[in-house]
Amino acid sequence: MCTASGVIANSIRQKLHTALQTKHLEVLNESYMHNVPKGAETHFKVVVVSEQFEGLALLKRHRLVNDILKEELQNGVHALSIVAKTPQQWDSSDKVVESSPNCRGGFGK
Amino acid sequence: MKGVPDAPRCGFSNAVVQIMRMHAVPYESCDVLADENIRQGIKEYSNWPTIPQVFINGEFVGGCDIMLQMHQSGELVEELKKVGIKSALLTAEEAKKENSK
Repeated sequence: MCTASGVIANSIRQKLHTALQTKHLEVLNESYMHNVPKGAETHFKVVVVSEQFEGLALLKRHRLVNDILKEELQNGVHALSIVAKTPQQWDSSDKVVESSPNCRGGFGK
Repeated sequence: MKGVPDAPRCGFSNAVVQIMRMHAVPYESCDVLADENIRQGIKEYSNWPTIPQVFINGEFVGGCDIMLQMHQSGELVEELKKVGIKSALLTAEEAKKENSK
């Protein structure tokens, strides 16, 4: 699986890794699927595996990730899809992450 | 959501509409693209940065990822039950069992 490299992708990766001590982390730039300029960093999917998710409901896990990436979400990151699992959940999953649904033209309108 | 249920203008909003359809849930929608104040206001209201946002009985449930996972895990059927909505998937399952008796 390709992991994005870009200024924002790197910042997302670093912040999540530092804050959550991730056991597994993927930052995917899905901007190409949308009506944005080539090389844009607007739409991301993150796969985050951390022990800190243990005992947290899905909504709380997502809120945690959103909070860590607050700055990015306020400055240009328009969509963030989140897969948040504990190491145990990740190990027992098929480790296949589906890509996000296709754009339907709403961006920037 | 972005757009209206018959014509969603974002893949994530569309996915949520499809889930609602599968469960035959009665719901109201609001197109945030039609009103910039609502688009920003709803993010602050729920402290949630993205659209779509789903509320069940006024309570924020999550966005597209959470709805998808709740749908797949069966949790959504249970959450709907709590507010007196019987999912069409549950009805279909019961009918199937009845037929195989």
